[in-house]
Amino acid sequence: MKSQRLIALAIGLLALVTLPHWMPGVYYVNVASQILFSAIFAMGLNVLAGYGGLVSLGHAGLFGIAAYATGYMLQAGYGHPVAILTALAAGLAAAAVYAVLSLRATGIGFIMITLALGEIVWGLAYRWISITGGDNGINLHGRPEPFGFSLVSVNAFYYATLVIFILSLAMVTVFVRSPMGAALMGTRDQPRRMNALGFHVWAIRFWACMFSGLLTAIAAILFVYYQQFISPQAVDLTASAEVLLMVISGGAGTLLGPIVGATLVIVVKSVVSGFIERWNFLLGAIFVAIVILMPEGLVPGSVRLWRLAWRKRAPAPAKTERVT
Amino acid sequence: MSALTVTNLCKAFGGLRVTANVNLNVEPGERRLIIGPNGAGKTTLFNLITGELTPDSGSIQLLGTDITKTPSRRRPHLGMARTYQIITLFPNDTIIHNVSLALLGLSPARWNPLTDIKHQGHLIDDARAALEQVGLSHIAERPLTQTSYGERRRVEIAMALAQKPKVLLLDEPFAGLSIDERRDVQQLLLAIPRDVTIVMIEHNMDVALEFAERITLLHFGEVIVEGNRAEVVDNPRTREVYLGH
Repeated sequence: MKSQRLIALAIGLLALVTLPHWMPGVYYVNVASQILFSAIFAMGLNVLAGYGGLVSLGHAGLFGIAAYATGYMLQAGYGHPVAILTALAAGLAAAAVYAVLSLRATGIGFIMITLALGEIVWGLAYRWISITGGDNGINLHGRPEPFGFSLVSVNAFYYATLVIFILSLAMVTVFVRSPMGAALMGTRDQPRRMNALGFHVWAIRFWACMFSGLLTAIAAILFVYYQQFISPQAVDLTASAEVLLMVISGGAGTLLGPIVGATLVIVVKSVVSGFIERWNFLLGAIFVAIVILMPEGLVPGSVRLWRLAWRKRAPAPAKTERVT
Repeated sequence: MSALTVTNLCKAFGGLRVTANVNLNVEPGERRLIIGPNGAGKTTLFNLITGELTPDSGSIQLLGTDITKTPSRRRPHLGMARTYQIITLFPNDTIIHNVSLALLGLSPARWNPLTDIKHQGHLIDDARAALEQVGLSHIAERPLTQTSYGERRRVEIAMALAQKPKVLLLDEPFAGLSIDERRDVQQLLLAIPRDVTIVMIEHNMDVALEFAERITLLHFGEVIVEGNRAEVVDNPRTREVYLGH
């Protein structure tokens, strides 16, 4: 089983590394970049919603704060390193504020508080024109050149995004397998019991929010450099709902779920939309089908169906003779 | 020094008094049974002792330390462990993972976000030892969903014992068990060393009386009878409110 997973991982990695060479055009390489940073965003939300049981409907607000921080600093004339570090710091600070305010509740209460916070950020993005540019947003020019390696070309940006994606996935994998990851999942399943066992449930959730905020900020920085533009549209409720749908459709609380979910949403939005005018309808229909057929999400649902099919194929155990 | 001292403990939910001036003094190593009819306030008393509920007045001392205002999450670190009347485990995990979580709760490693939990060797070894104690080590890797009710009861007890408590609170450990399972759990409880003080709520008098040294009878949140087995069983008030005539 372990070797099968390693083989699948190697094939996946090989496909990603060679992707610019077998994709039919640069447009599709750009789509792949979008999938990768959207997957990082979804992984960030998955830490909270999937592993922590805390569903946020305001994550686009966190995303927006980091994205606007990048844009504002670059527009103000600071260099890329300062802009990136400021964006990470702003994203973490915003995550801390989000956590302190929203962790006063769980369940519906948590959803409503995060929704309200997200709407506040959207309102600020829309109205605080001197900082955000309002509806016009902030336009950027240029991308960083880490170690002299320019990220201007489509392929270079894709590879930089891929490296950050792999590092982010590794971070999440290490976290969920760690004692703290186990503690977070424990607080999702039995918070009262965890408290009685000596865990500081609030603090565990707070650090999960911070980790989620870090991944969200990373995704936001990549988004800004990819789009070269940030506007209130990236911060609105639809953006929060979209990333939540990526997590739920792929499979919350799984490592691959958010990646599969991000792939589904971006492919329908950016590729299928070129062929089908009413792509929103198609996306909605796909989500409805997932909820009905695989309520646990595409990844765990596929695993379940695969196991079911495998069990049916396997020879039935020999019948034992009945002693009468 | 007493293992557990409860002094004038009061708790009311709105106009309903659920704990009224309860006093309890449990000596180290003692086996104390708390009995009372449904609604007497037994589980509420446990919830107050463990800090899940905040008392309106009164105090609680654990091994001579006042813990009345100590957060409930800190109390296991001071030597208190409990089990629940309604089994409260982690259903998506294996038995050994459940017990490992109990151990992790008291370990500084619970803040570690970098190392694989499976590489916490001492944690796994201690979890296995706790499961050995309750006779479940042979099914340690089994998912909890594939275990019987009686086995889950024993996992609850293993989780509490794994924390090496000085005071162990057992909330109806025999509830819902078959006769055989009840006997197994009874043997298990009798084997717990004397350095662990046990306070137990139980309705099943056959097994509970055999276990208890002193008994406290609660009724409408008040202690109405307290004494050794014979004193409590022979007391007319016990017969009136609990055992029946």
